[in-house]
Amino acid sequence: MSVLVFVEHDGGEPTEPALQALTFARGYASGDPVHSLAVGLEPDGLGAYGVGTLHVAEHDVFGSYAPAAVAQAVVELAGRLLPTAVIAAGTDAGNEVMAHVAAKLDLPLAANCVEATPGDPARVTRVRWGGSLLEEAALHAPVKLLTVQPHAVAAIEVPGEGPAVERFAPVLGDADLTVRVVGRTGESAGGVSLSDAKVVVSAGRGAGSPEGFAGVEELAGLLGGAVGCSRAVTMAGWRSHTDQVGQTGTKIAPDLYIACGISGATQHMAGCKGAKAILAINVDRDAPILSSADYAVIGDLHEVVPAISAEIRKARS
Amino acid sequence: MRMLVCVKRVPMTGGKIVLTEDAQAIETRHLGFTISPHEECGVEEAVRLVEQHGGESVVLTLGPPEAVEQLRDAMAIGADRAIHLETDVEEWDPQATAAAIVDAIRADEAASGPFDLVFFGNEAADSGNYQVGTRVAYALGRPVATGLRGVAVGDGTVRCEQEAPGGRDVYELPLPAVVTVKEGLNLPRYPSVPGRLRAQRKPVTVSSPSRPPSRLEKLRLVVPEGQGKEATILGHGPDAAPAVVEVLRELGVLS
Repeated sequence: MSVLVFVEHDGGEPTEPALQALTFARGYASGDPVHSLAVGLEPDGLGAYGVGTLHVAEHDVFGSYAPAAVAQAVVELAGRLLPTAVIAAGTDAGNEVMAHVAAKLDLPLAANCVEATPGDPARVTRVRWGGSLLEEAALHAPVKLLTVQPHAVAAIEVPGEGPAVERFAPVLGDADLTVRVVGRTGESAGGVSLSDAKVVVSAGRGAGSPEGFAGVEELAGLLGGAVGCSRAVTMAGWRSHTDQVGQTGTKIAPDLYIACGISGATQHMAGCKGAKAILAINVDRDAPILSSADYAVIGDLHEVVPAISAEIRKARS
Repeated sequence: MRMLVCVKRVPMTGGKIVLTEDAQAIETRHLGFTISPHEECGVEEAVRLVEQHGGESVVLTLGPPEAVEQLRDAMAIGADRAIHLETDVEEWDPQATAAAIVDAIRADEAASGPFDLVFFGNEAADSGNYQVGTRVAYALGRPVATGLRGVAVGDGTVRCEQEAPGGRDVYELPLPAVVTVKEGLNLPRYPSVPGRLRAQRKPVTVSSPSRPPSRLEKLRLVVPEGQGKEATILGHGPDAAPAVVEVLRELGVLS
């Protein structure tokens, strides 16, 4: 009995969601060996996360991202190890690779789990609506395929030695080589990115127009933060979709999120639940966002936001 | 060119999710419904590609009888006809959904020729399973790229752009292919009144596949804790500014 974990890494550095998936898998395995699979390079430091054996798949195609080829390596290794479960992080790439694995094996896949209990069937709790709702489900399969919702569990180290490393060259078919990254485009121009910003200042329909963002931009500038917006704003064509905070936009995790004239639809809150603190500025005292926010100012953003900027300038002079 | 777009009917949840008494579904009595946002962009993209290259765009859904509203919405912005795989209230798991869609695609292709591209949303807004498009691609033996915010059709190929940290990764797939897309791919047009009227007359093929047992079996839904926090009111109007700056200082974001 064992559990196999696909570990994403960035040039040999395991990603944080991958370490969280390893921690999750260790709990699921409850003492059984944890194997991990990485492609291309050998990620560092996995011994501290309870990995007994690290399998490194080697092939020229792994020089760039190739989801079907990665999935075939997972399938081949799973065929040899016969694990009770195959687990990956519920990231874009983790979910993509596991969907390929599930399709190749014709097995069910439970994506973005926050809890799982082994058994036949296994019981899982998984995320719906970008985290606004949870689903308890039974997973009926000889091998359980799961991805782990990022940040649902913290990555926790355990005492342990470096894992045994085994290299293998998976047998890949033409179809596995067809889907691979062949280029790169749209390199970001710099500036504070929405997903990394320490402060994000957003406005929603309450901004009233594209020009209505002037005050929000000024405040974000003063705080060294990024400007965001709600889905209503991008659907109206007022701002680019790259500025959208939400379930179908960017997920943010700033120290402070200032949401101006945003009612707080679940679609929006799914994108900002990673914020350490939320300040809502809204004319409506009963807006749903006030039950998710830490602080609130009741008032029109066009009056309140410039007053805050002026107060910051005063405090700094 | 022939384009197929698979869409899902989902409720517009608004500010707070309330469940039915048996915790099997969202209480939707007071909610409107829409096409899941990623797929709405898929419809727009397919319609644009047919405007550009000629051909036909078809929209497909697996869902209850009311999901015909979403098929009409898609036809109002330009899809030519629709396929409705009608279900009862029970939810279908991703494997069952994919299998029913594959059967429908095979039947349509036998009559009308292959689809050059089959569009899906990257994940449905409600269930978020991230897999139906990929399963359909494997069953049809076609390549699949997921999570796309750029799709351009060339000579027998499709150039795909996938969001990645700091830029976009580019794929080139041979046609026919399957793509799953994300909101931001385009800005879907608003349906015009003549478009809506035309949509009423466009053909919808209805069939009722039978639902196999779920292998990912929903037991119940739970609203997570953490909603229902009480925000500290710092004040009203511009007069609240000093209290806000005090909070900024406490949070350490005022350098």
